[in-house]
Amino acid sequence: MKLDAKIPSGPLAQKWDKHKFDLKLVNPANKRKYDVIVVGTGLAGASAAASLAELGYNVQAFCYQDSPRRAHSIAAQGGINAAKNYQNDGDSVYRLFYDTIKGGDFRAREANVYRLAQVSVNIIDQCVAQGVPFAREYGGLLANRSFGGAQVSRTFYARGQTGQQLLLGAYQALSRQIGLGKVKMFPRTEMLDLVLVNGHAKGIVVRNMVTGKISTHAADAVVLATGGYGNAFFLSTNAKGCNATSIWRSYKKGAAFANPCYTQIHPTCIPVSGDHQSKLTLMSESLRNDGRVWAPKKKGDKRAPGDIPEDERDYYLERKYPSYGNLAPRDISSRAAKEACDDGRGVGETGLGVYLDFGDSIKRLGENTIRERYGNLFDMYEKITGENAYKVPMRIYPAVHYTMGGLWVDYNLMGTIPGLFVLGEANFSDHGANRLGASALMQGLADGYFVLPYTIGDYFVTGKQPKPNPTAPEFTKAVNDVEALTKKLLSIQGNRTVTSFHKELGHIMWEKCGMARTEKSLKEALQRIPALREEFWKNVKVLGVNEELNQNLEYAGRVADFLEFAELLCTDALHRNESCGGHFRSEYQTEDGEAKRDDDNFAYVAAWEYQGQGKPPVLNKEPLVYEEVHMSTRSYK
Amino acid sequence: MNLTLKVWRQKNASDTGRLVTYEAKNIIPDMSFLEMLDVVNEELMQKGEEPIAFDSDCREGICGTCSMVVNGTPHGGMKGTTVCQCHMRHFKDGDVIIIEPWRARAFPVLRDLVTDRSSFDRIIQAGGFVSVNTGGTPDGNAIPVPKTDADVAMDAAACIGCGACVAACKNASAMLFVAAKVSHLANLPQGRVERERRAIAMINQMDSEGFGNCTVTGSCEAVCPKEVSLDFIAQLNREYGKAILKNRMERKLAGGG
Amino acid sequence: MINLLKNLFCSSLGKKFIMAASGCVLFLFVVGHCVGNLQVFLGPEAINRYGAFLQGLEELLWPVRITLVTLVILHFWSASRLTLENRAARPVAYAEWNPTVASYASRTMFVGGSVIGCFIVYHILHYTALVNVGGGNFTSSAQFEWTNEHGEKIHDIYKMLIVGFSVKWWVSIFYIVAVGLLSLHVSHGAKAMLQSLGLKSKSYDPAVRCFAAAVAAFLFVGYSSIPLAIMLGFLK
Repeated sequence: MKLDAKIPSGPLAQKWDKHKFDLKLVNPANKRKYDVIVVGTGLAGASAAASLAELGYNVQAFCYQDSPRRAHSIAAQGGINAAKNYQNDGDSVYRLFYDTIKGGDFRAREANVYRLAQVSVNIIDQCVAQGVPFAREYGGLLANRSFGGAQVSRTFYARGQTGQQLLLGAYQALSRQIGLGKVKMFPRTEMLDLVLVNGHAKGIVVRNMVTGKISTHAADAVVLATGGYGNAFFLSTNAKGCNATSIWRSYKKGAAFANPCYTQIHPTCIPVSGDHQSKLTLMSESLRNDGRVWAPKKKGDKRAPGDIPEDERDYYLERKYPSYGNLAPRDISSRAAKEACDDGRGVGETGLGVYLDFGDSIKRLGENTIRERYGNLFDMYEKITGENAYKVPMRIYPAVHYTMGGLWVDYNLMGTIPGLFVLGEANFSDHGANRLGASALMQGLADGYFVLPYTIGDYFVTGKQPKPNPTAPEFTKAVNDVEALTKKLLSIQGNRTVTSFHKELGHIMWEKCGMARTEKSLKEALQRIPALREEFWKNVKVLGVNEELNQNLEYAGRVADFLEFAELLCTDALHRNESCGGHFRSEYQTEDGEAKRDDDNFAYVAAWEYQGQGKPPVLNKEPLVYEEVHMSTRSYK
Repeated sequence: MNLTLKVWRQKNASDTGRLVTYEAKNIIPDMSFLEMLDVVNEELMQKGEEPIAFDSDCREGICGTCSMVVNGTPHGGMKGTTVCQCHMRHFKDGDVIIIEPWRARAFPVLRDLVTDRSSFDRIIQAGGFVSVNTGGTPDGNAIPVPKTDADVAMDAAACIGCGACVAACKNASAMLFVAAKVSHLANLPQGRVERERRAIAMINQMDSEGFGNCTVTGSCEAVCPKEVSLDFIAQLNREYGKAILKNRMERKLAGGG
Repeated sequence: MINLLKNLFCSSLGKKFIMAASGCVLFLFVVGHCVGNLQVFLGPEAINRYGAFLQGLEELLWPVRITLVTLVILHFWSASRLTLENRAARPVAYAEWNPTVASYASRTMFVGGSVIGCFIVYHILHYTALVNVGGGNFTSSAQFEWTNEHGEKIHDIYKMLIVGFSVKWWVSIFYIVAVGLLSLHVSHGAKAMLQSLGLKSKSYDPAVRCFAAAVAAFLFVGYSSIPLAIMLGFLK
């Protein structure tokens, strides 16, 4: 496989403008002749579907939720970055670009990230025009807050519900196009396979989740905006329904999967309370603006937090990273929390937690100010834990949150299968080995509003593919394959529930391939995962029939994919003999426990290519060439 | 703790459905209500019985997917809480809990506790948006928005579209949902441009979906997980009243392209 | 104009406007009527003069009557249409139902209103048309004649009330029950009409609530005091 990133030539700052000019255009009258399938209706999918329909393309949009408004982008709390420099604090496109590259531990593609920073400013304008109620100052101008990994205030927010408001903006734009008949919406519909005709992505196989009907949809291009694969860990901050099925089955059809080992563990989540736990809840990173993270200095200190005197507290982030303090990037903060807990200084019943303390801020600013800034987060915390965080410090612990890896895409966001475009968290391109806070919303919307609408036309003009024929044998075969898989799942009738397999997989992943990984742990995982998968296919119990609303069957299909995907994740983690960003290999660390990159040997994107059932995947490398920035050791000290 | 559940089971939309009793054993107070149902479902599946179908996704109270009436109150009756965030510590050992789906003609039951709320989507599609295309928008700070307006708009925009307001209303009215969207946009300068058209189009769609009418009982506001205020319904009435007086409704919603 | 009427009479909110606007006028009438009637406690002179004054407004009397009847019809028409829609909106009832904050008044507007409607018909037959619905001895309007200080013969409302409420005890009880329902109806309606007309606001909402409750209480006490006083023999 030859990976051609199609990065435009010329100076970094002019690449995107030059490229936009070089891209072939589709005549406005001809756009209605092209059909586009968009899978997923989160920020990336909804914005792409709406924007493409506005241009005149015929769009079919799919989501597994009962409404496009419920995609998991909605749960993003803190905000969205943009290089507006409204605060006059030294921000610029270049600084946002540099922060993102550095935050990603120099494992992201330079040109993509620069473009992201460039269009970030348009996103804010677009969202304001849609009626997104961003926070305002008394003068009526947009307010900003600061976020991890940055020394400027460039994060725009709508209380603690920024993701919700941005998604509603995109959902409204999408709804408008549905109302106008330019988008045909298919909610409660799950993509189960990708259809290739003549090597190009020309359609998908879907299952209607209410009737169970399996059908195909044909189009001139397929856009995947299906989110990340964090649920491979069972417990994560993802929604219960988030899954990797679309990207995984596309991978099995030939799309390269890049950097699956880059998983982000978010430092501020509510700790696990027991075995019954079905998901983890994130407490926005923005809390670290006013909250101070600490753990007791003494091991096994079981005193109530209020009884631990100031000099027996270890404000470890402030101690280790004085210049960024509590706003150190996510990977670093997470690892620091893990270190404290591994050291026996964790708090709470399980010992897996540290404090996020607002005592000082409440003293300094008053409880009302804190309530105004984070009231809904404090309420959420109280609902889940039954504790009042205005009185006692929050307990937090890292949890799987975001996955930087995803399907490999070129500068046009097209995967290795021509005609298959991948947006948002589902692709790999912009965050390198670690994503900064408030950048996921930015990337999803950048891809959907401002990148794909330009690049997809070029594919239509230069690809010159005939209209797909929905009765072609490729479509029939894909339906048959999906039906066979469904039948198989329903016919096993074993003794173990799908959840038990998923939990066990999650346990393996978290223990062996979580915040810290070693060669030994990964090899162990690579033994246990195939064994578990084998058991799954012999002993899983899926009840009911296909021709009905069958949540257990939906879930079984997703877990079956996770059981395959997890192996690739661990394989990638094992091959990457360095530590970078969210991928921390304990063998590769500096003396003071920081990630130690190996730029000589690993400054590349690892794009894995499927070879068939039971065969090891082939590794393809896209070297990361930095024209503008100098790769340095990340320091937040 | 141990609980007795009476859960609505209904095979599909055409089935009549009935309440079925289940025992929920060894429930831990730290579990969420849905985790309690997960436990019950695991046991059912072990016994070879089909699990209770219910909608849920984010399980942190923001996506608006989860939807069930617990002991006669949507989302379980904890103030400002979705059922996924309602924890079992609010129940007592030995409690009998009746669990039913949202009940409204406009929300037909698909299976057990799962309902079809696409009527809400159609209301938004009728006019719950600002007609701007991607690109070409002015700078975000070009039009200052008074902080109080932005705050009120945000209060309304907090709606998660779960449908609890409809489920709680004795008339199965969707007024709070529609009011939230109309008020959200009408309180911002960007949304005011087409406020009349929006109000009329959304109300027409709401009526045609078969929702009931508002009799100002306040039940919707009381169960709303985002505590969207009844005042927005007054604003909706105002918006609609002004709109039909101005009679600016065009023949068809323009836009697109 | 056509659009406006169509929106008013066909849309849910339009019907609510009709209901609220008609309710608002009826509300004012009910309050005025109560204040007027309380003059009975000032003795025959005052109430009969008041009656004669109203009867004397010949140019206004029938237009007002027609308007009121039209409003009652519109009020009832919109209510019944809305109620039918409301019933249809929930075809399957909940097995367990907790109305949370919905007040009793708010949940019984239609049933209560319908009883009030019947009562109004009865009331008009009884005291306006002087039909013998009270089982009493209303023989002719000449029976109730009063000579005022100018020597003119006018309608003796005072005596009519005494007779009307002292013949059969259940008439008085029915009146008291009916005004009870009316005040319950008004206790919710006075708040709800502001909401339906879009006039509710957080800043004066508590005042509106107090006002609605106070007016409802006033109506109940005011209206029921008359039959009660007659039954107990305070007015003869």
